[in-house]
Amino acid sequence: MVTVNGSGSPRPTVRRRRAWAVILLRAASLPRGRFGLAVGGVVVATAVFGPFLAPHSSTASIVAPFALPSGSALLGGDELGRDVVSRVLDGGWVLLAMAAAATALGVAIGSASGIAAAYLRGRWDTIIMRTVDVVLAFPQLVFALLLVSILGPTVWLTVLAVGFSHAPQVARVMRSAALDVSERDFVKAVELLGVRRRKIMAKEILPNLISPLMVESGLRMTYSIVIIAGLSFLGFGQAPPAPNWGTMINENRIGLVLNPWAVIVPAALIALLTIGINTWTDAVARIAIGLDREAETATLLEMPAVTGER
Amino acid sequence: MSSRRSSAGAPHPIVKLLVQRVALGVVTLCVVSVVIFAATQALPGNAAVAILGHSATPPALHALERQLHLNRSVFAQYGAWISGIVSGHPGTSLVNGMPVWSIVSPAAANSAVLVGLSGVIGSVVGVTLGAVVALRKDSVLDHTSSLLALAVTALPEFVVAIAMIILFATVVWDVLPAVSMVPPGTQAWAEPRELVLPVATLVIVIVPYIFRMTRAATVEALASDYAEMARLKGLPTWRVLAVHALPNAIAPVVQVIGLSFLYLAGGIVVVEFVFAFPGIGSSLVSAVSDRDVPTIQIIVLVLAGFYVFVNIVSDVVALLATPRRRLPR
Repeated sequence: MVTVNGSGSPRPTVRRRRAWAVILLRAASLPRGRFGLAVGGVVVATAVFGPFLAPHSSTASIVAPFALPSGSALLGGDELGRDVVSRVLDGGWVLLAMAAAATALGVAIGSASGIAAAYLRGRWDTIIMRTVDVVLAFPQLVFALLLVSILGPTVWLTVLAVGFSHAPQVARVMRSAALDVSERDFVKAVELLGVRRRKIMAKEILPNLISPLMVESGLRMTYSIVIIAGLSFLGFGQAPPAPNWGTMINENRIGLVLNPWAVIVPAALIALLTIGINTWTDAVARIAIGLDREAETATLLEMPAVTGER
Repeated sequence: MSSRRSSAGAPHPIVKLLVQRVALGVVTLCVVSVVIFAATQALPGNAAVAILGHSATPPALHALERQLHLNRSVFAQYGAWISGIVSGHPGTSLVNGMPVWSIVSPAAANSAVLVGLSGVIGSVVGVTLGAVVALRKDSVLDHTSSLLALAVTALPEFVVAIAMIILFATVVWDVLPAVSMVPPGTQAWAEPRELVLPVATLVIVIVPYIFRMTRAATVEALASDYAEMARLKGLPTWRVLAVHALPNAIAPVVQVIGLSFLYLAGGIVVVEFVFAFPGIGSSLVSAVSDRDVPTIQIIVLVLAGFYVFVNIVSDVVALLATPRRRLPR
């Protein structure tokens, strides 16, 4: 069961302030939270500061194709003899920015429709949840591919496609959490005061859904990276010659025997990034929604995403 | 529900549920077909221009417009498309002019082998590991395996696939084929060696979730009074596990196995692409690069149909596995 706060506090206004900060701090004090932060942090730092540290241009050929590591190219050359170090340092930030934007979009659309479905009930609930069912009848990557196939692999259209494909899962989780909050007395009280429904949803219900919102954001971030890097890997990412960790794995795998580093390093960075974020999210889930090892089945089925339903 | 105290002639609740779910599934598929159609063909602007590019010659555009029925109204276009699918002639590929179905059906058979093998092996491995670890709750094995499961869950399937290629097909040991050399037209099961790495990749990706759920469900069942009672009667541990705990842990596990099959439907896209496995997923990737709209439409529809089918099966099996929900309410 997704409880909004452990003690069922009747005074939401007190809790409203910085509840998220408390959750983050407590998650960071868990061993797995610290591990996730450290691992994810290193990769994020590589992606963010990398472009300033790249020793060469990421698009200039400086060594032979698939050259082994040498003094001028510490991780060797890629398929066109470009410096692998520079391409790795340069190839993370767009991926990360796209994933963050897609996550924000998906969580925003999903939360808005989930809360609206739970609070407005009736016709709106039916319309929203039937739409969710239809979108959930596609594998997420296939849905994103379907959109990309028509819209074309532009950066911002990919972000839209991936963000939109997250929305139904988020909506389902947020709806089930919001159903509980919508029935609370303080919501009824505000209703009696004649506050508008849109304002009730934004100012009264949403602040009480911080816990599931934080967990969902973390999970969606992991899947955004998986899907966006996957789309790049399949050849539907940024146009060449732009460096991108997903693209690099695909373009250099034919030279795996000659210079494996051109594949291993970007693959390892993506792996560490998703492991870091997922471990951190698990720590947040333990604190925020009390993901309890003793009563795990209920939680796993309520929020299957916690353990990897995509 | 009106079945309370109903006469003996009323249908069994399982039958009723099955009928309900199948009807809902058919409705969902109809809506899905509209969505696929709308997304690929009825978009604002001309799909023929989008497919051929702005440099296409007018005769080529007109030919494609006729082939996609773009010269008719949107509803007539959809009608022509859906009746083609229902009658088994869903159009021809824009790339090589072959009937779409002759491309998609052998690929779908290959993918079915891949999904079936990975799903069955993954379920057996996941359930076994989960049950074994549940017996050793709070041991070092328990903590290590749950952390490992958490890490593996987060891995994108193409990273796992690349790791498999590095380990077993190129850099470390060169013992298995990195790329499937299945000649077009032959079936995947004719070349078992080609199947090893794709299946292994998909198994690694789905096992953690099945493992975690089985472990959690078994731990809960082992902590219950009836399992305690069985232990107090002096039954051996394996018997308590196999006869008393696992049957009661089965419903959530079945649901998770269903979710894993759903996940496989998306996972095959990337995995088949990596290993150049001649299935529906790699066909989808090449159809998307070629903007081969008729092929994309059919493949996505087949995958959505598989989704709806798995959902129905796992709902019904989970219900059958929960005795107290089987009775009429």
